[in-house]
Amino acid sequence: MSETALAEEQSSTEVSSSKIVTLRIAKFNPERDSGQQYVDFKVPYERWTTVLDAVLDVKKHLDHSVAVRYSCRQASCGSCGMKINGRPRLACFTKISELNSDIVTVEPMNNYPIVRDLVVKLDKMFANHKKMQPYVIREDSEITAPTKEFNQTPEQLEEYIQFANCIKCGLCNSACPTMATDSSFLGPQALGQAYRYVADNRDKGKNSRLKIIDESHGIWRCHFAGSCSQVCPKGVDPAMGIQLLRGYLLGFRK
Amino acid sequence: MKRNENREGIKGMANPGRYGIERFAYWLMRITGLGLLAYLIGHVYETSNIVNGKTAWDNFLSLTQTTEGHVVLTLVIGMCVFHTANGIRVMLGHGGFGVGKPARPDYPYTPASQNNMHKLCIYASIGLAALAMMYGMSVLFGE
Repeated sequence: MSETALAEEQSSTEVSSSKIVTLRIAKFNPERDSGQQYVDFKVPYERWTTVLDAVLDVKKHLDHSVAVRYSCRQASCGSCGMKINGRPRLACFTKISELNSDIVTVEPMNNYPIVRDLVVKLDKMFANHKKMQPYVIREDSEITAPTKEFNQTPEQLEEYIQFANCIKCGLCNSACPTMATDSSFLGPQALGQAYRYVADNRDKGKNSRLKIIDESHGIWRCHFAGSCSQVCPKGVDPAMGIQLLRGYLLGFRK
Repeated sequence: MKRNENREGIKGMANPGRYGIERFAYWLMRITGLGLLAYLIGHVYETSNIVNGKTAWDNFLSLTQTTEGHVVLTLVIGMCVFHTANGIRVMLGHGGFGVGKPARPDYPYTPASQNNMHKLCIYASIGLAALAMMYGMSVLFGE
């Protein structure tokens, strides 16, 4: 640990709690540093303080150089994914009080190139996502006459709506043991999205998507460790989607 | 592997902690797979000794009659049983069986693919392996 600091500057909001947590932040600039360094900061927290709040507290009062990406602060945008106490989580969705630890270690997500400190590059994930043709494929369209809107029953919606909740935070790819070793693997995020569209009754692109994922670094590299589903902050369950997709490929599902 | 990709590599793949019993089963599956592969290679080497005559064969076979040999064989029994039982669970899961049905998730999210049936199968695989090892030990070390 290279340094330890305690916030001296008074925050604008009154702090009623006397609890202090040590926030251990991984700092790394690939253009300048040879390796990752951990820096400790003492941060006051309340029952409702999230890890993102604590990181921003450090950024505001102790070290302005900490690089962190965030946006909505309500687990909807997926920007603030990072490794918190060794597990990929959304910083805005993780309360310090729920971690039951005096030291909270925050690191960038694994399996993504580091831009700086806690920020990682998600280009590859989005490229794989795009590869899955994440849109309804049909000859006709809802907006061109004489076609009417594509009807869907609530039951048909249930088939995929869970997978439509994906916020592309990338936590699943970070937890995946295959992603840890195979840089060409499509990843649970992309495969989960492939299922989302394959299971959509309005879509006619099933064969095209199954062809994309049916390759050596595609769906067959998943070994059903299930870690992707365990870390998903939106309950998407990519592991289920992948196994159900395999059902299509093996002919158990139509 | 490029350093700046920040991949965990083998260390991340091999870590059985952090993600619950499913990841532990994944780790055990790999370890037992590698163990059985090593045993298979050793077994092929062992049986190939038969071409060197009866004495050479008997000498080599006596290695399995030692305490260390019995321990190795007990481990092989355990690895074989776990790998088979857990493999059946994983194969069924890979076909889409027993992984649940897509449904609107409610907080706190519990992945349907990591359901109690799967957890039970994992514990049963470990239990069966332990039982088989105990039986193997009683046969190998027994009078």
